[in-house]
Amino acid sequence: MYDELVGLTEGQEELFVDPDPDHARAFFKNKNRAMVNKVTTVEQAVSMNVRDGDYLAVGGFGHVRIPTAILYEIVRQGKRNLGMAGHTSIYDSDLLASSGCMDRCDISYVIGYEIRGLSASARKAFQTKAIRKTDWSNSALAWRFAAGAAGLSFIPSRNMLGTNTFQRSAAKTVTCPFTGKTFAALPALYPDCGIIHVHEADTYGNCRIPEGILVSDPYLARASKKLIITCERLITHDEIRSNPQATTIPYWCVDAVVEVPYGSHPGNMPGEYWFDEDFFKMYLDTVKTEEGTQGFYKDYVYGVKDFEEYLEKIGGVAKMRELRAIDKLIYANHG
Amino acid sequence: MTDFNPLELLVCVGSRMLEDNSTVFVGTGVPMAATMLAQKLHCPNVITIFEAGSVAPLLPGLPISVGDSRTSHQAFIASTMNDVMETCQRGMVDYTFLGGAQIDMYGNLNSTMIGDNYQEPKVRFPGSGGANDLASLCWKTIVITPMDDHRFVEQVDFITTPGYLTGKGAREAAGLPEGTGPYKVITNLCILGYDDDTCRMKIESLHPGVTVEKVLENCGFELLLADSLEETHPPTDEELRILREEVDPDGYIIGR
Repeated sequence: MYDELVGLTEGQEELFVDPDPDHARAFFKNKNRAMVNKVTTVEQAVSMNVRDGDYLAVGGFGHVRIPTAILYEIVRQGKRNLGMAGHTSIYDSDLLASSGCMDRCDISYVIGYEIRGLSASARKAFQTKAIRKTDWSNSALAWRFAAGAAGLSFIPSRNMLGTNTFQRSAAKTVTCPFTGKTFAALPALYPDCGIIHVHEADTYGNCRIPEGILVSDPYLARASKKLIITCERLITHDEIRSNPQATTIPYWCVDAVVEVPYGSHPGNMPGEYWFDEDFFKMYLDTVKTEEGTQGFYKDYVYGVKDFEEYLEKIGGVAKMRELRAIDKLIYANHG
Repeated sequence: MTDFNPLELLVCVGSRMLEDNSTVFVGTGVPMAATMLAQKLHCPNVITIFEAGSVAPLLPGLPISVGDSRTSHQAFIASTMNDVMETCQRGMVDYTFLGGAQIDMYGNLNSTMIGDNYQEPKVRFPGSGGANDLASLCWKTIVITPMDDHRFVEQVDFITTPGYLTGKGAREAAGLPEGTGPYKVITNLCILGYDDDTCRMKIESLHPGVTVEKVLENCGFELLLADSLEETHPPTDEELRILREEVDPDGYIIGR
C-alpha cells in the first residue's frame, strides 16, 4: 500500500469548491465597494448571508476567537447541506456537524479539543457517510485561503507529498518550471461565506485583532465571497483611520457587522477572557450520548432566543468577569 | 532519587533533546511541557513556535491550546499560521515534537483513522492538524508516545504524517525537502533512533529497569539495535522539582 503513495500525482477525493479565479473575479466584480453602515443583528446576518448548501469558513482557532453567536444562529435557523473548511476547527465544526447542518467537510483538524481529548458527538458525525470528507493538513488549508486571497487557482507547496493525507485530498502534484522539482498543487479555496470574530470593528467592517494570534484570518477574510464579522466592540471610523497599520481586515471584504460582547464564549478571546473550562467539561460529558446532544441543543440553542439569553444561562456577567480575570493573569497559572 | 511516573520521564527525556538557540515547533501536551522544562534548565534561549502564529512567548502558565492567550503572552510576534508554516518551509525550523495513534518502523504516523473505508472509518481521529506539515518541513522530527504493540505496528492504517515513507530516498522521491525526516522516538520504555542505511527504527537507550525483551514485546515490528545500547538517565531531582512546581503545577500533563 505504501509504495503507490510515493509516486501519486493526484488526490482521489472530492474538490468541494470551484478554484477558477475568473469565476471568483466575476463575483468580486459586483461586490459592493460603498462605505456604508453594515451593522445588523445576529439573526439578520445569518438569514441574509448564509444559504442552504453554502460552503463556510470560520475564523479563529476552533476554540479561540470563534464567532459562537453566529454558529448557534446557523443551527437555530436550521440551515442544511452546509460545507465547511475544518481548518483548526474544534467547537465550530462540532456544532455544525453534530447538529446536522453540515454535509461535507475539508478536514485538517476536527473532533479533537486539544488537551481536553475528543468530542463524542463530533466523532459520531464524522464517522458516517452523511458528511462527505476530503482530508488536508493545516498549512494546506491556510495556503488554499492564501491562493484565494491572491486571486489565483492554486499554490505550490512542499507538504502532504507521499502520504495518505495527499491521497485523500483533492490536491495534485506539479513540476516546478524553474527547478524541475515536484510540489503539491493546492487548489485555491473561495468560501461562499466566511465568519470571523474580532476584537474591534467600525460600522463599515474595518477590523482589528490587536491581541493574540491571527491564524489564517487575513487570508480567509479576503478569499471569502461574503463575510460576517462579529466584534467585542464597535469603534469609530476615525480610530481606524488614526492607525491604518492596525487594520487586519478591510471593510470591502465585509457584508455584515454585529457587536457581540463575549462573543467567543466558551472559547478564549485573547486579551479579553479565558476558556470557560466548566462549560467545555459539561459539553463534552453531555454529548457522549445522542440524547445528551439533543438536550444540549434544546437547552443552549433552541431554548434561548438569542446570545444575550445564552450568556445569562451560562452565568452572565459574573461568569465572564471571572474568565476575564483569568485571562488578565489575575489568577496566573490557575487556568 | 525521587520517584517519578512514566509521563514525567517522557517530559524530562524530551526536554534534554533540545539545544539552546534552536527553533522548536511545539504542540499541546507533553511537547509543550518538555519545551518549557528545557527553557527553565539548559535552553533558556530556545525559540518556541506555535502553529496559530505565535513565536517565543514568555508563557505565564501551561497553555491549553497552541493558539490561546498564553501562547502570545510577551511573544516576539503574534502572526499567522501561514507565516510560521512558511518559516518551516523556508528551512528555519530545527525541531518539531509530534505524536499519533499509530507509528511504523519508518516513523510514519497515523492520526486520521482506523479501518480501510475512508468515508466510513471504524474510528475517526482529528486528522493531520499541523503534523503532516511539520514532519514534511522541519529539519528533525521527534515523536513522543507511549509504547505498545497496538501503537507500534507493521503498517499504519493511514499515513497522515510522513516518516521515511518506504525507506531511504522515498521522501525525496515524493518531493519532500532534502535532509528532513524523523530523528528520535521517545517512549515510556526507551529512546529510539533511525538506522542511517535503512531508515528503520532502532533502540538506542533503555530507560532504567527496562530490558530489550520488554521493548520488543511492546513493538509490533522488528526493531534494530544500536551498536552500543545506553541506559537513559532517570529524571533528576531538579528536573522533577521544576516540572512539578513551575511547569505543570496543576498536573494537566504529568497527571499529579
